Amino acid sequence: MTLLPFIALSVVAIAFALLLVLNRNAVHGALCLVVNFAAVAVFFLMLGAEFIAVVQVAVYAGAIMVLFLFVLMLLNIQGQEGGLEQKPRSQILIAAVLGILLLAEIGVLAPLAAGLGGAQAAAVPADFGSPRLVGLTLFRDHLLAFEIAAFILLAAMMGAVVLAKRRLA
Amino acid sequence: MSDTLFTWIASLVKAVLVFAVLMSLVPLLIWLERKVVAWMQQRIGPNRCGPFGLLQPMADAVKLIIKENIIPAGVDRVTYYLAPILSIVPALAAFAVVPFGEPVTIFGRTVALQVADVNIGILYILALSSLAVYGVTLAGWSSNNKYSLLGALRSSAQMISYEIPIGLAVVSVVLMAGSLSLKAVVDLQRDSGYWLVFPQLISFIIFLIASNAELNRPPFDMAEAESELVAGFHTEYSGFRFAMFFMGEYVNLVTVSALATVMFLGGWHAPFGLPEIPIVWFLVKIFAFIIFYMWIRATLPRIRYDLLMAFGWKVLIPVGFLNLAMTAVVVTLAADRAMPLLTAVNVTLAVVVGAIIKIAGRRVERRAPRLAPVPEAGG
Repeated sequence: MTLLPFIALSVVAIAFALLLVLNRNAVHGALCLVVNFAAVAVFFLMLGAEFIAVVQVAVYAGAIMVLFLFVLMLLNIQGQEGGLEQKPRSQILIAAVLGILLLAEIGVLAPLAAGLGGAQAAAVPADFGSPRLVGLTLFRDHLLAFEIAAFILLAAMMGAVVLAKRRLA
Repeated sequence: MSDTLFTWIASLVKAVLVFAVLMSLVPLLIWLERKVVAWMQQRIGPNRCGPFGLLQPMADAVKLIIKENIIPAGVDRVTYYLAPILSIVPALAAFAVVPFGEPVTIFGRTVALQVADVNIGILYILALSSLAVYGVTLAGWSSNNKYSLLGALRSSAQMISYEIPIGLAVVSVVLMAGSLSLKAVVDLQRDSGYWLVFPQLISFIIFLIASNAELNRPPFDMAEAESELVAGFHTEYSGFRFAMFFMGEYVNLVTVSALATVMFLGGWHAPFGLPEIPIVWFLVKIFAFIIFYMWIRATLPRIRYDLLMAFGWKVLIPVGFLNLAMTAVVVTLAADRAMPLLTAVNVTLAVVVGAIIKIAGRRVERRAPRLAPVPEAGG
């Protein structure tokens, strides 16, 4: 991977992630997240994982964020409601502690991971992330986990239908 | 000239060419649509500007460009500007993976007649078509207008719903080809001698119906049902921003027709052993699809919204799943005879279902009371 495009892309990804958090307008924030997803998809492309890149766009940007956007638009959440304005001290404190912990973790683990990097990278097969390999992993090696996940999603979906129907009646 | 440089230049030239052709097809298609619909409704259609009214779209374009760009009060500016762009960019970008001919040799190097031959081309198109929802949704929301928002919600719900049957139809084709590359789908049809429209007749029909809904074209144009929603999501748009929505729609029409050609009608290859002419057959097939979509538009009245959604979820998706399961079983158990086997099953099913619809329709017709004669005026 060439360094310059990587840095430029990282700047875009981080900038839009920050914009997502700092934006007053919830819909604009959601759109910033879409740009962030796109940037992450390009990261996958640079790593040669075309399939994962396209799935990233189709699933996260194309399906999940559209539904998020629906909810945001219909509720019309704006900043002035007060709930979003308050910043209690305890929250800031907890956020600061957690943030420092995370940074420390990255600081400790990153050098370790860098040491492992060479050996790990060599073990990756040529067709890593190809649709064929992803499909075989999902449907042969982890079939049970896949089916359980599908079942949980189905249950959640039916639960939503039941709750919505009760309110109608 | 180094190989890298040549690849770069070739890609650039191809991208610009495809962009230019798509963009110049738009006015032609607008003229064609108006003419074809007019002929089908026994009207004359545009005939004032230039020969056969061919210059009419030019006049319209000039009008739209020099028109005042009205931005209503209370709109969300950023998204209001962004929405038309977001509706046209995915439409153009999706065409990048559509192959339109055999590789040609230029200066001793082979050039694929395709902007980018990625091995996940079909998935790429599906991903971009799911992004197209943003243009519509944001346009409706940012306009700060009830009708726009309602139109946008309707249309995005419709587009998301009808992506599923399209996906199912496409996956059946992918199963036959064993690859997500569109080039591989065309090669399969050339090598086997079967156009996939026959072995995958059910997929083909699902694709035609669902893509019509995905394109927001009549009879599925809920987003802009004039009688209910003024003009739907683009009510508040005027001038060139309105034209961009229009352009996006027509580019999408070309892309979908090209996709249908590649997946079901053998791509750029000539039918019935006729001589192969590069590009020409591809264009002929695309235009056949486009005229078919126009024919549907001129023939069928708009469907009620709840019926449209019910049809998508309760008919197209189950049928799509059954077809996918059948294809998977046949491809797994009898890979070498999959083509003739599936052709037989699909064509038989089509004939039987067609006959049932015909008979049921006739029975309903017989039972329905004749319409009362129109009372005479003054009577």
